[in-house]
Amino acid sequence: MADLTSNFLGIKSPNPFWLASAPPTDKAYNVNRAFEAGWGGVSWKTLGEDPHIVNVNGPRYTTMMSNDRRVIGFNNIELITDRPFQVNLKEMRQVKRDWPDRALVASVMFPMNEASWAKHIPIIEDTGIDGFELNFGCPHGMSERGMGAAVGQVPEYIKQATEWCKKYATVPVIVKLTPNITDVIYPAEAVLEGGGDAVSLINTINSIMRVDYDSLTMFPTTGGMGTHGGYCGEAVKPIALNMVAEIARNEKTRNLPISGIGGVSTWKDAVDFIALGASNVQVCTAAMVYGFKIVEDMKTGLSNFLDEKGMNSVDELIGKAVPSVTDWKFLNLNHVDKAVIDQDKCIKCGRCHIVCEDTSHQAIEYSTDSGDRVFTVKDDECVGCNLCVSVCPVIDCISMVAMTSGTDPRTGKAISPQASDWTTHPNNPLKVS
Amino acid sequence: MSDNNLTNKVMNIKSHRLSKKEIDDNFSDLHAPLSAIEALIEADRCYFCYDAPCTKACPSDIDVPGFIQSIRSDNLTGAAEKILSENIFGGMCARDCPTEELCQLACVRNDHEQKPVEIGLLQRYATDSVLNNGVQLFSRQENTGKSIAVVGAGPAGISCAHRLAVLGHKITVYDAKDKLGGLNEYGIAAYKTPNDFAQQELDYILDIGGITIETGMQLGKQINLESLQEKYDAVFLGCGLGSVNKLNLDNEDISGVIDAVEYIANLRQTNNKDELMVGKNIVVIGGGMTAIDIAVQSKLLGAEQVTIAYRRSKKIMAASEYEQALAKKHDVQIQYNMSPKRLIADDSHVTAMEFDVMKPQKNGSLKASGENITLKADVVFKAIGQKLVTEGLTENNSLEIEKGRIVVDEHRKTSLSKVWAGGDCVLDGDNLTVSAVQDGKLAAISINETLTQGA
Repeated sequence: MADLTSNFLGIKSPNPFWLASAPPTDKAYNVNRAFEAGWGGVSWKTLGEDPHIVNVNGPRYTTMMSNDRRVIGFNNIELITDRPFQVNLKEMRQVKRDWPDRALVASVMFPMNEASWAKHIPIIEDTGIDGFELNFGCPHGMSERGMGAAVGQVPEYIKQATEWCKKYATVPVIVKLTPNITDVIYPAEAVLEGGGDAVSLINTINSIMRVDYDSLTMFPTTGGMGTHGGYCGEAVKPIALNMVAEIARNEKTRNLPISGIGGVSTWKDAVDFIALGASNVQVCTAAMVYGFKIVEDMKTGLSNFLDEKGMNSVDELIGKAVPSVTDWKFLNLNHVDKAVIDQDKCIKCGRCHIVCEDTSHQAIEYSTDSGDRVFTVKDDECVGCNLCVSVCPVIDCISMVAMTSGTDPRTGKAISPQASDWTTHPNNPLKVS
Repeated sequence: MSDNNLTNKVMNIKSHRLSKKEIDDNFSDLHAPLSAIEALIEADRCYFCYDAPCTKACPSDIDVPGFIQSIRSDNLTGAAEKILSENIFGGMCARDCPTEELCQLACVRNDHEQKPVEIGLLQRYATDSVLNNGVQLFSRQENTGKSIAVVGAGPAGISCAHRLAVLGHKITVYDAKDKLGGLNEYGIAAYKTPNDFAQQELDYILDIGGITIETGMQLGKQINLESLQEKYDAVFLGCGLGSVNKLNLDNEDISGVIDAVEYIANLRQTNNKDELMVGKNIVVIGGGMTAIDIAVQSKLLGAEQVTIAYRRSKKIMAASEYEQALAKKHDVQIQYNMSPKRLIADDSHVTAMEFDVMKPQKNGSLKASGENITLKADVVFKAIGQKLVTEGLTENNSLEIEKGRIVVDEHRKTSLSKVWAGGDCVLDGDNLTVSAVQDGKLAAISINETLTQGA
């Protein structure tokens, strides 16, 4: 069995599955249950200044569901902890004592003044926590008060607050980033400049779920009025993966440890995050949809996967896929793929044909001449776009097969063994000669 | 009850074989309707196929992926509109179509996971939503001033009448019976259409207006084709098959030998099924849906032993494999290659029936094997097909009839210039409700084109 133990910034945990700072880590009761269920660590629900904030007493959560009521996306307008500062500290101290092998990180959010950080950070650290996570990501409510995403959207503020935290903390400082920005590299570099030890991402995305079809108000509302929330769950994973990979392959930030967050629901999602540069993952939505037990499959699945890959530990997986991520301009324009339909597997639904015909390159022919429905790829039209593969309901029925020799029947050009990209392409006005 | 039906003068034939509650349970819905969540999940299984095989397999051209997509998006009215605009009897067809041989057989999910999308149940879900809530989806176009006679208020006739009414024509529907609906009302197995659904559906269809109903009007008696042609701009014949085939055995008229169609009609019309006379040992002669329907319903009424005796082999049997399985599930025995030879009577009531065991020949014909089988029977149901009654139809005209059916072209036009026909009475029909509905629709489109040409 592969070793699942995780050492993130020196913070050890029996597995790389942490619960993200969120409702599941709101208090000792939940966190104890999480640890009993087998979670490797938690980031405690974000602490703030006293007097504590208050939450609405109406809908805080809404989901986007499939027709069989499977949750695809999740939206929330809950704020940071709504319990007194000291209550949280007391519980955190006890939990860390009771679970010394688990990671306990304190998520915090304070105003942009040093005094506040100076006042709170040492007291929190005194509970025995393993590290801090700076919540610069919350996109609703707290951002209106100059905290959360309001900090995360200004690299200078990130740097400043990170410096303050580092100044008063001795344990590692993770900075949690908001995706509600244009380029995640700027905040990540600001963390590095501020002396932060790691980043965690992503926090939730600004979102309105839908309208109420009866009242034609936004949905949900608190007694008739609503506000945007933060979007998370499976639907946001691709956005998170891109941001993680961008930081992992960026020259300046490539050695900055990353805790991956955003739609982790199964061990496969963890593999995605870790292979693209994260060292561990944090989970919230999956737990809020299924309860804490879901970690069991995450652990066995990841362990079995590592065994199959011949890897002894999670560390060996970290960043494995990062070298395969590059800019578009470096993609090999001489590479030619063609779609190939396995006629034995084809169930003849015709989805590949109609999407190609209506919206792509008219490269899949439909024939009933034989009396049977037959769908065939026209190699002289196929641009290898993968749309057919993307909509085919049958596993491994359509595959993209690379041409390695001969002539591309679409372009009439010989297949070149030499790679060639946009930077040297004759159509590129800025080409390198 | 007519002479042809059962009386209790024979000990084995009696009513109340089961309690009223048992019978009510037995005749409840064959398939429970889908709940909202079941419908959503099932709808999600549809792949929205291109040039969908299910639609091609539908005799009435229903855009199946189209209506299922509308169920997925909670657009139930849109779903019902897609169905009913092609097939105004979409509700009944959802209940009695042999979907396992049509749309659901064509579903690509069969290739993927041996389990088609439940198209029939989804269609019922969609159509129920408008029928139960009285959402009228159709309105009449401006009056054309043309009037059309429709003979027969079954699925073919009413389908034709509805479409013509939508197109602005004035319709008069003639039917010999007291109630409308034809086989929907008098023929389809009771457990496929409980709660008086046939009449509920008709009320919805006729609600559009422009359709006058004349009941108790039988061809050859109160009406005839000749005068209808004179009085109306066009005539549609959806008169069905008014008479049943005979076994042509010597003592066929003895007590206990009954037309299945007539018994089923009684069964459909009675309010107290427990009052129906039911035999103990029942033999059903035939191999079609009527044979299955009478056999299963006899079982549900409490008959002890029910055997379907079919002349030919299992493969050729007109009843679908699904229907055959349904019969077997209800403990109905099906015996193949049994050709009726002789009715055995005691005191002029049937007591048994003797069969020649047939041997299929290589050329497809049947030959008596020399072996005989005798089945004990206090009731013998004849379900060997029906035939066209030509009285009032073929006098003084050249209406082309072949093999006892009316000949029509692809527009359901007969050999007479003002007469169209559809449903069971036409040649090459498959005796399905859905095909009758399609016939009526196609005829209506053709009639409309003919009547409005040059207008």
